[in-house]
Amino acid sequence: MKRLKNFLLLLAAAPVLAFASAGGVHLDKAPVNLADQDSLQRGARMFVNYCLNCHSAGAMRYSRLQDIGLTEEQIKDNLLFAADKPGELMKVAMTKREAKAWFGAAPPDLSVIARSRGADWLYTYLRTFYRDDSRATGWNNLVFDKVGMPHVLWTLQGEMVPVHKMHGEHEVIERLELARPGSVTLAEYDAQVGDLVNYLVWMGEPGQLQRKQLGLIVLAFLAVFFVVAYYLKKEFWKDIH
Amino acid sequence: MSALQKMMGWIDDRFPLTSTYKAHLSEYYAPKNFNFWYFFGSLALLVLVLQIVTGIFLTMNYKPDADLAFMSVEYIMRDVDWGWLIRYMHSTGASMFFVVVYLHMFRGLMYGSYRKPRELIWIFGVMIYLALMAEAFLGYLLPWGQMSYWGAQVIVNLFAAVPFIGEDLSIWIRGDYVIGDATLNRFFAFHVIALPLVLLGLVVVHLVALHEVGSNNPDGVEIKKHKDPVTHIPLDGIPFHPYYTVKDIVGVIVFLMVFSAIMFFAPEMGGYFLEAANFVPADPLQTPQHIAPLWYFTPFYAILRAVPPLFGSQFPGVVAMGMSIVLMFFLPWLDRSKVKSIRYRGPIYKVALALFIISFVGLGYLGLLPSTPVATIFAQVFSVIYFLFFLLMPWYTSIDKTKPEPERVTG
Repeated sequence: MKRLKNFLLLLAAAPVLAFASAGGVHLDKAPVNLADQDSLQRGARMFVNYCLNCHSAGAMRYSRLQDIGLTEEQIKDNLLFAADKPGELMKVAMTKREAKAWFGAAPPDLSVIARSRGADWLYTYLRTFYRDDSRATGWNNLVFDKVGMPHVLWTLQGEMVPVHKMHGEHEVIERLELARPGSVTLAEYDAQVGDLVNYLVWMGEPGQLQRKQLGLIVLAFLAVFFVVAYYLKKEFWKDIH
Repeated sequence: MSALQKMMGWIDDRFPLTSTYKAHLSEYYAPKNFNFWYFFGSLALLVLVLQIVTGIFLTMNYKPDADLAFMSVEYIMRDVDWGWLIRYMHSTGASMFFVVVYLHMFRGLMYGSYRKPRELIWIFGVMIYLALMAEAFLGYLLPWGQMSYWGAQVIVNLFAAVPFIGEDLSIWIRGDYVIGDATLNRFFAFHVIALPLVLLGLVVVHLVALHEVGSNNPDGVEIKKHKDPVTHIPLDGIPFHPYYTVKDIVGVIVFLMVFSAIMFFAPEMGGYFLEAANFVPADPLQTPQHIAPLWYFTPFYAILRAVPPLFGSQFPGVVAMGMSIVLMFFLPWLDRSKVKSIRYRGPIYKVALALFIISFVGLGYLGLLPSTPVATIFAQVFSVIYFLFFLLMPWYTSIDKTKPEPERVTG
């Protein structure tokens, strides 16, 4: 019994191990709300304007944007820069080889980026670029050190510079400070990035709202079916003792 | 004679339809005292059918090609009508298959369902479990994400640890020096044809063996010992159909509710059913920081990592992992207890089983984590308990103080 107790104690300590192995930069909570179609539409516009020049979304069709309340005409008139028809996939003109030569690594396809990185990571990443003259692009990032991507949204956010502090013997970045303001305030910038991340989460699985709706119907059906099946079983089994 | 009876007569003269129906359903007498744990056999059969049917439909749009595979899955998720539902059924079904099978096996351990005369049922069952692991491993390569790729790399490299022939063996399995298009193609072939055939065949013999000797029950007593003198029907037996068919429908609905709750509202199941890293296309040049197999393999992965390398070779760990499954085959002969069911076993077996389950779950948990010195010590302790559960079983089951079994089944 004492042995059993010891093992249970060991087991109780196990989650601590898991916690100790995690770590890294604190991630800010992304304001994801897939029911907010205005936010999704603003995010889609930002995505097409800023991201789709280098990153593709090769699994995503422009026409699917109708699911977030845009009409085919609106898509055609405002968002089709790199394609001819709304039924086309969101590809980019840049080839993989060119991309590698220019950025060191091909920019990843963003179709399911929110599913691999997570919304909070993307939200933090897009807001923590800072000036770093040691980098070829002139930019570095708090959550993605030595990232190959330059700060594409810098005209909006402005230029952030790091404020250092001493952590033991090492100099570490304590926080970022706005050195030169962009075209919008930092609060407005956070909201814009929030829209963009919201859109990326939606694009990761455009059918996810429909999935949840169907799920409720299926569960409701099964609940009714359960009652019927339960009484059927009871009726059959009433003679078995 | 009605037209229907005439038709049945015509068929029965040529094919044993009525007699088969009777032998396996309407006159297959199962103990009347099945409890909660007896749902998982029929549920496993349900999930098998679900996986086969959804698998057929996935095959219609999936492309087993290293350049196309990843995007073809996204094509299914977005552009194929109801493709997302079929795909999530299949991915959720894979994990739920293991949930159901692990509970089914635990039932066997609790009530001694592997004991004489059901040794072959148990052996066929362990073979099903092995085939299922192979099937799941092969299938996990197909989405061609980073975890698919590197998980397969790690597992195939285990074969490379075999002395002398290892290197050649792993190349033979991959069909290339690294996991590549050739590997994807052959894994696809094995996943959609070879293993499903093996699985179906094994399930048939598992059930034939079961229906030959009859089902065990929570009391672990043989219902065939007490038969009605006139009808020769076991006194504690009831026809499988309709009694257990209507009962299993209730179980099926509850199961489907759990299944649907996961599939519709959390198909990734927090990264346990679909891993985040697998939404990045396979990249042979970029090793992920942390490679973890899917949760249902992690107990064995933890055993593998718990064994220290010998002369720089991982082979001892591979052997230990293999032995951890091979030992299961010998269970019917390792258990020397006078009784089958945990209800009448003594305290030693109860503690042993509890320790075994804690170790197995503990190993499963540790297998998900990156290897650290502390985690390795935990894994070694759990591995030792895992093996001792089997190896010491002849001793502790024979000295354990058992209670007398009842003559007939209880409640």
